[in-house]
Amino acid sequence: MAINWFKYSSPASFYSLAGKMIPIFVIAATIFLIAGLYIGFFVAPTDFQQGEAYRIIFIHVPAAWMSMFLYVVMAFWAGIGLAFNTRLSSMVATAIAPTGAMFTFLALWTGSLWGKPMWGTWWVWDARLTSELILLFLYIGFMSLQAAIDDPRRADKAGAILALVGVINIPIIYFSVQWWNTLHQGASVSLNQSPTMATTMLWGMLIMALASWMYSIAMTLMRTRVIILERESHTAWVSELHQKEIAR
Amino acid sequence: MFWWIIKRDILLAMRRRSDVLTTLFFFVIVVSLFPLSVGPEINMLRTMAPGVVWVAALLASMLSLGRMFSGDYQDGTLEQMLLSPHSLSLLVLGKAFAHWLVSGVPLVLMAPVLGIQYDLSVDALLVLTASLLLGTPVLSLIGAIGAALTLGLRGGGVLVSLLVLPLYIPVLIFGSGAVEASAAGLGYDAHFSLLGAFFLVSLVFAPWAVASSLRISME
Repeated sequence: MAINWFKYSSPASFYSLAGKMIPIFVIAATIFLIAGLYIGFFVAPTDFQQGEAYRIIFIHVPAAWMSMFLYVVMAFWAGIGLAFNTRLSSMVATAIAPTGAMFTFLALWTGSLWGKPMWGTWWVWDARLTSELILLFLYIGFMSLQAAIDDPRRADKAGAILALVGVINIPIIYFSVQWWNTLHQGASVSLNQSPTMATTMLWGMLIMALASWMYSIAMTLMRTRVIILERESHTAWVSELHQKEIAR
Repeated sequence: MFWWIIKRDILLAMRRRSDVLTTLFFFVIVVSLFPLSVGPEINMLRTMAPGVVWVAALLASMLSLGRMFSGDYQDGTLEQMLLSPHSLSLLVLGKAFAHWLVSGVPLVLMAPVLGIQYDLSVDALLVLTASLLLGTPVLSLIGAIGAALTLGLRGGGVLVSLLVLPLYIPVLIFGSGAVEASAAGLGYDAHFSLLGAFFLVSLVFAPWAVASSLRISME
């Protein structure tokens, strides 16, 4: 039995599908968040160099991962929207941006809170921090460009080009640690080496990353639903939906 | 066609010489403000110089971005360019090159004079000029994307800075980094190689991105 995936690229059927999926992702996000925070605060051992302060890693690292990953996802959907002229993909890209900006801000914020006890300063002009800051600017640029354009189709396409141009920034962030060797510690997790941290810490971090994933998906779906309603407000199915809501 | 566009844009710029001069004097004024605000201590100025000159060059070249397409947009020339059988990317490349000749080259020529204000050594002056020479075309190319995306939007001028300045940052880092490295007696080849790489990458991709942005903006 083949599923017709293109069915869900229509805003109307995506709307109802997203409505059904949101509770699942919200519940998953809550469970992973509780499990991750429990491991982070009660199970993971105290770091012998950094003491208890390192525990902010359980928020900082997933937030930093998500901030970069969401930008790529956003650029991907924006690019699909640009190439195939699909409305829904552009709406998803628009919906991802605020969540991505939030995670970028969170990564910068927790990073500075972590930097104070460890390095003795709130902020250093290190390559990674700077790239993360640039990433925040890129998100803000994307959102303000889309906000400045009144015609939603033009906003989608202009935003897509900006996102694709900005995506060049992502590898710069990732390789910056190797390029400028400065204060920021190198990546502790990599695929081809055994991690340099305790297994429970790694698990805590991965579960927190999963929680952030679920949260991002839920948020994106919710925001996409709102955008769909806003843009499709002139169509028959939205007014039918509205009638049903009133009748209830 | 490429040369024709350049010739035309330069002719237009020469008819309105004050626009070009305004950008140049903006550059001079911004650079001259720094000693007044941080004090005339020569050692500090010498270490600040590359950064200050580069940031001022960034802002100055950004100021003139709005004019790159807006004139042609208003009098309908841009529409004709979009309709023309020639490759739009090539036309855009011509416009970006003309923008660089009009707003970038004066900055490059002025930079050594401003460097002397900051007591830079002759070697550092040479490196500063060379890094600007290699970096300013990148600014024009990347800036063209921002100018094309914000064409005809309300508040376009402020928006373009928000879009373009983050993308300028790598150029800024390596451009001023080259001067600092040479002042510190280190090798600056790597900085120049990276600047050259940025130039080539933007030369290949920017005209294409500008062309599609223009098509979107003109729809």
